[in-house]
Amino acid sequence: MGEREGKLKTEQGTKPGGRHFELPAEEILSSGHLACPGCGGILAIRLALKGLGRDSIFVIPACCMAVVDGPFPMSAIGVPMMHTAFETAASTATGVRASLTARGNEHTTVVAWAGDGATFDIGFQALSASAVRNDDFLYVCYDNEAYMNTGVQQSSATPTGASTTTTLRGAGGMTIKKDIGAILAAHRIPYLATATPAFPDDLVRKFEKARGMTGFRFIHILAPCPPGHKFPAESTIRISRLAVESGLFPLYEAEGGRDYTISRAKEPDADLISEYLSLQGRFSGMSDAEVAFLLDIAKERTSDLKEKAGRTGRKDE
Amino acid sequence: MVDKRVIDGNQAVSLGVKLSGVEVIAAYPITPQTSIVEELSNYCDDGSMDAVFIHSESEHSAIATCIGAANAGSRVFTATSSQGLALMHELLHWAAGSRLPIVLANINRAMAPPWTIFTDQSDSLSQRDTGWLQLYCCSNQEVLDTVIMSFNIAEQVLLPVMLVLDAFVLSHTSEIVEVPNAEDVARYLPPREPIYRLDPEEPHTIGGLMPPDSFMETRYNMHKAMEEAVAVLAAEGKKFERMTGRGYGTVEPYLCDDAEFVLLTSGTIGSTARIAVDKLREEGVPAGMLRVRLFRPFPARDIAAALPAAKRIGVIDRNISYGHGGIFAQELKSSFYTDSVRSGGPEVTGFVAGLGGRDVTPDHVEGILRRLIEPERAPSGIEWVNVRES
Repeated sequence: MGEREGKLKTEQGTKPGGRHFELPAEEILSSGHLACPGCGGILAIRLALKGLGRDSIFVIPACCMAVVDGPFPMSAIGVPMMHTAFETAASTATGVRASLTARGNEHTTVVAWAGDGATFDIGFQALSASAVRNDDFLYVCYDNEAYMNTGVQQSSATPTGASTTTTLRGAGGMTIKKDIGAILAAHRIPYLATATPAFPDDLVRKFEKARGMTGFRFIHILAPCPPGHKFPAESTIRISRLAVESGLFPLYEAEGGRDYTISRAKEPDADLISEYLSLQGRFSGMSDAEVAFLLDIAKERTSDLKEKAGRTGRKDE
Repeated sequence: MVDKRVIDGNQAVSLGVKLSGVEVIAAYPITPQTSIVEELSNYCDDGSMDAVFIHSESEHSAIATCIGAANAGSRVFTATSSQGLALMHELLHWAAGSRLPIVLANINRAMAPPWTIFTDQSDSLSQRDTGWLQLYCCSNQEVLDTVIMSFNIAEQVLLPVMLVLDAFVLSHTSEIVEVPNAEDVARYLPPREPIYRLDPEEPHTIGGLMPPDSFMETRYNMHKAMEEAVAVLAAEGKKFERMTGRGYGTVEPYLCDDAEFVLLTSGTIGSTARIAVDKLREEGVPAGMLRVRLFRPFPARDIAAALPAAKRIGVIDRNISYGHGGIFAQELKSSFYTDSVRSGGPEVTGFVAGLGGRDVTPDHVEGILRRLIEPERAPSGIEWVNVRES
């Protein structure tokens, strides 16, 4: 599957919201990490660190980044980081924040950085509890839509029609990706945002914004994964952008779980969705019914999102 | 002026934590330990304690929060019991493997099913190999004092400490307790000074993937720290005695110097057993009792040294390792094995008693002691006390 002409109309430099934005030049993430070529997750962490700065502490549960950062005694992340058990990203970050608070440090940003398995599945209970307590840290889910670190097994973030090594085909009907944003919004958390590396200015701006806030903040990053999604490494940004342009992954923010701002939410487009799917081997066995279902869900979610943004009168597109 | 109060075991834990300069507490308020959590939560609320209290949604998250806070440099505490401790299991390994000086109070309760809230040691002893020190108490005074000492021991050996007390028999029973002076405790236990902590000024990564050429040394060092903990505990017990007049060792002997028939106990049975020992002493039987305070590390040498005349030892276990026997008895036998083979050491019989909160009365303990002194008895692996065949 090589690079090919698509129907994508947007230009490289598109800036959601039309604002001028320069990325901070300092690179906190060092080279020599162990990420696969074209990893969307490592791009996300590189950009996130630009928005967060060095006064940050990361908590990382079992996930790709736990390996990618490097084996002892090496570490690429450039800020203090502790590894923690798979299901404890949120509860551990709560403890780090509590300790800093107890010692009078209100300035350091505590970040839980977890994959979709740790967020949507095994760490979901602890995540919800931190959101309910409004614990003062930023939870980031870099979502590659399956358990990629362990060999591409299905998670609750795996979209309809994507094959994994554990996908049940035809046995229980079509699975649907858990709408983690809606669930977090229902907790009325101070800040919720989506991002993806094809829109680096948007991503960095959201991290800068989150850094300046207090309470529980959540950023959901779609992180394309070349080996897991089965596409060539050079297509990461193209796929990341197509996810947004096709309407499958709208970029938005929500404050207090109610005050929605759309960064970029396109009307779901059957042709662009089809292009998005055809670029990735994981969707190669998808039925027409599954494609139609995916389109329906995208339309429903985009329409809900626009309605919510309209209700609060904030729409920056 | 001495501050004496009538308090139960839960209050003794809470007061000890309050005096110990704890900075972060995370706990889940499940029934087994409600009053510890309630009291600490109130102390933090009313400002009498300057700590951050996290109301966790599970014991699993509570201990994870303790791990995060301890890695960031704070002195931390949690409390739990039975099912809650079992739920923590994975992270008990994580806390010890991270060499974090967390202190946890566990109210000893039997594991379900069937549901029970009554005492036995199956919860804490199931966590034997997690790398936590385990200390078993037999009075509320000992509970309060041990909370304070535990932080000092944990922060020296860099291993977490589990402080254990019997459900109801201590946790909900009131006794007179002398509360140490806050200034004295502050001198005895200065604020925690971690060697490593999460600090943006000096970034480190903690807990990263470790290849086989380094991993094994981390385990060797944990074992060495455990071995060192025996001496550290003894030294802290003496230091504490200079401050309060109350000393504590790894074991507490009762009439052991010339005792040929010795009961080995832990927890509150170590208090009950004195009555039976006194009674047999009146009859001229050379009986004694050794209460083991420290279960991990297992103080094998201190036990052997405390029992110079022992011929038969009866171990009372309020726990059972199905298919083998009581756990204290197993530990004792394995630690005696080398010496016994060499020098013909004492016979050891395990007595399993009091599971799921069944009373262990002075009469039961007397019965155990009388079994032990039967002249023609052959050593047996395990005997069950006060149990029905059904």
